[in-house]
Amino acid sequence: MLLDVGSLTVIGVTLGGLLGVAAKLLHVEEDPIEHELLGMLPGSQCGQCGYVGCGQYAHALAHEHAPVTLCAPGGKTTAETLAKRLGVKADLSEHEDKGPEYAVIDEDLCIGCLRCIGECTSDAIVGSVKHVHTVIADQCHGCAKCFKICPTEAIHMCKVPVTLGTWHWDKPHTDAATH
Amino acid sequence: MKLFPVRGGIHPEYRKDATSEAAITPLPLPTALYLPLQQHIGAPAEPVVEAGQRVLKGQLLAHAGGSVSAPTHAPTSGVVEAITEVAAPHPSGLTQKTIVLLPDGREEWAELPAPIADPFATAPEILRRRVAESGIVGLGGATFPSAIKLSLGTQKKIDTLLLNGAECEPYLTCDDRVMREHAAEVVDGARIMAHILGAPKVVVGIEANKPAAIAAMTDAAKQFGNVEVVPVPVQYPMGSERHLTQAITGLETPARKLTADLGVVVHNVGTARAVHHAVRFGRPLLSRVVTVSGGAVAKPANLEVPLGTLVSDLVAFCGGLTQPPRRIVNGGPMMGQPLPGLEVPVVKGTCGILALTAGECDEQPPGPCIRCGTCVTICPCGLVPVEMAAYIRHDKLDAAAKVGVMDCVSCGSCSYVCPSHIPLVHYFNYAKGAITAADRDRRKQDSTKALIEAHNDRVEKALAAKKAAAAAAAAKRAAEAAAAQASSETSADKQGNP
Repeated sequence: MLLDVGSLTVIGVTLGGLLGVAAKLLHVEEDPIEHELLGMLPGSQCGQCGYVGCGQYAHALAHEHAPVTLCAPGGKTTAETLAKRLGVKADLSEHEDKGPEYAVIDEDLCIGCLRCIGECTSDAIVGSVKHVHTVIADQCHGCAKCFKICPTEAIHMCKVPVTLGTWHWDKPHTDAATH
Repeated sequence: MKLFPVRGGIHPEYRKDATSEAAITPLPLPTALYLPLQQHIGAPAEPVVEAGQRVLKGQLLAHAGGSVSAPTHAPTSGVVEAITEVAAPHPSGLTQKTIVLLPDGREEWAELPAPIADPFATAPEILRRRVAESGIVGLGGATFPSAIKLSLGTQKKIDTLLLNGAECEPYLTCDDRVMREHAAEVVDGARIMAHILGAPKVVVGIEANKPAAIAAMTDAAKQFGNVEVVPVPVQYPMGSERHLTQAITGLETPARKLTADLGVVVHNVGTARAVHHAVRFGRPLLSRVVTVSGGAVAKPANLEVPLGTLVSDLVAFCGGLTQPPRRIVNGGPMMGQPLPGLEVPVVKGTCGILALTAGECDEQPPGPCIRCGTCVTICPCGLVPVEMAAYIRHDKLDAAAKVGVMDCVSCGSCSYVCPSHIPLVHYFNYAKGAITAADRDRRKQDSTKALIEAHNDRVEKALAAKKAAAAAAAAKRAAEAAAAQASSETSADKQGNP
């Protein structure tokens, strides 16, 4: 009986100690907030924010006070989510919200070179070699990477139109003293 | 029948006298009909006709575009001129895909589905399909496809079909006139709907300010034991399905649930009449009754209008406008939406067209909130409008959602009573739209993220497979080289040692 208890205690203490030492020695430096912010970004690595990719922008947001309004594909919603998580006020007044965009391929100019398909991170472009490519508008999130790479300037970015289904009333304009 | 009190509500001036005695007049065929593909809640209909094609009255023009959708039929015979973008009867002034039909005046009927002589001996599913194929949607203004609401009986135990004849909006008298002039058709349609739902009883709720309609409906219903006509108190918004249900059953519909969860399905009286036509005669929904009223209209009237007629044709038939209206409203003055102009078509959900004078509109500038609490007292949904509006004003939409802005039915009672003329319901309409838009954005981002992850996974796997193939090829080459060397060595050995 005593032997059982004793041996188990020894095993427990030894393994626990080992785990403790391993946790200290093999500790990986990772900022949880950075990870969380990265989760809020679209993840298309388009670089329109001015950073190399989403990870770098998340790092800059967490440590370098980068403005929350830089993500173009994410738009207003992403800016607001980021601002809320970081506890800062999103200054949307200076942020020129272009509104959501999507890519359109001009079929007369497309030479079927596949380069845009290679760039597209959300598989929104279909086509094959020397055949006209086209964009599936619903899958495109407007990162504009294809727009930049197209050798014949066959791609242009269009605004996602407001339809009867997406339209809603504007906020009423009233005097500041109302409430 | 014992009635139950409903919280809050208001008593606006009803102003129904202008049209309540005006019998329903059929509007002569206009020179062109504009039939939008989206006249209902859900997916737009998909056209099955082409420009230049001749169509007959009642012929299918566009079929339902999804599980929640409704087809559209030709209100008269004529030629499809085009399928193009036309201004929608919507406050945004946006256009939508519309079938333009030029009537030829011959009113030639297409071959209609066979009338169902004894609907009560017919399976509910067959009747439900007939309602769906006839393009019937909620004619009270909500335009939800009726067949879907009628299928609730298969999922839930429905004990009452509540027929909504409350018509609590001021000015509007189209339901009143339909009940007075076509009571038998309405009652028959209601009984068919109750049969589809499997509901043993039908209750018709009519506001007590319509004694003629109550008398006509009671008379039409008296030969049927399971149809009861109940006068309900005059109190806006009694015509809201949740509030009418509460008045009749005493049960309040929980937030984000349906009245069907309480065993009650509510349909408008006009919808019941359309169901009667579809089942008994095979006629799809081709026209509806519209009240044209307001201080700026020369001769206010109730008109039976072919769907797709321009509002300007209705106004012209009513003698035109006596003065430039301050506002053109689609629907009633409480919940109706302003129209961008008169050149928009009447659709399935148009119950009224009001040309209001400046004297009929309250356009005083909003003042400071005096914290009187009237909006809280009258809110029929038990919300606190003053608090929600304050949150929304400061862009705290999440906080507004937490105190229930999504449960607001936009009845407008709070804006109506506010002594400071604060556009409360405008705040809530904005907030509801903005919250829905943000939700839509979030869903789009989630789907984009999933696509990107799938793409990255695939690229990684392809890369790994390439590497593995290269490694395998290298290994194979090495093995071959080794084998070749070994064989050359052995042959050398052989040569060396003959």
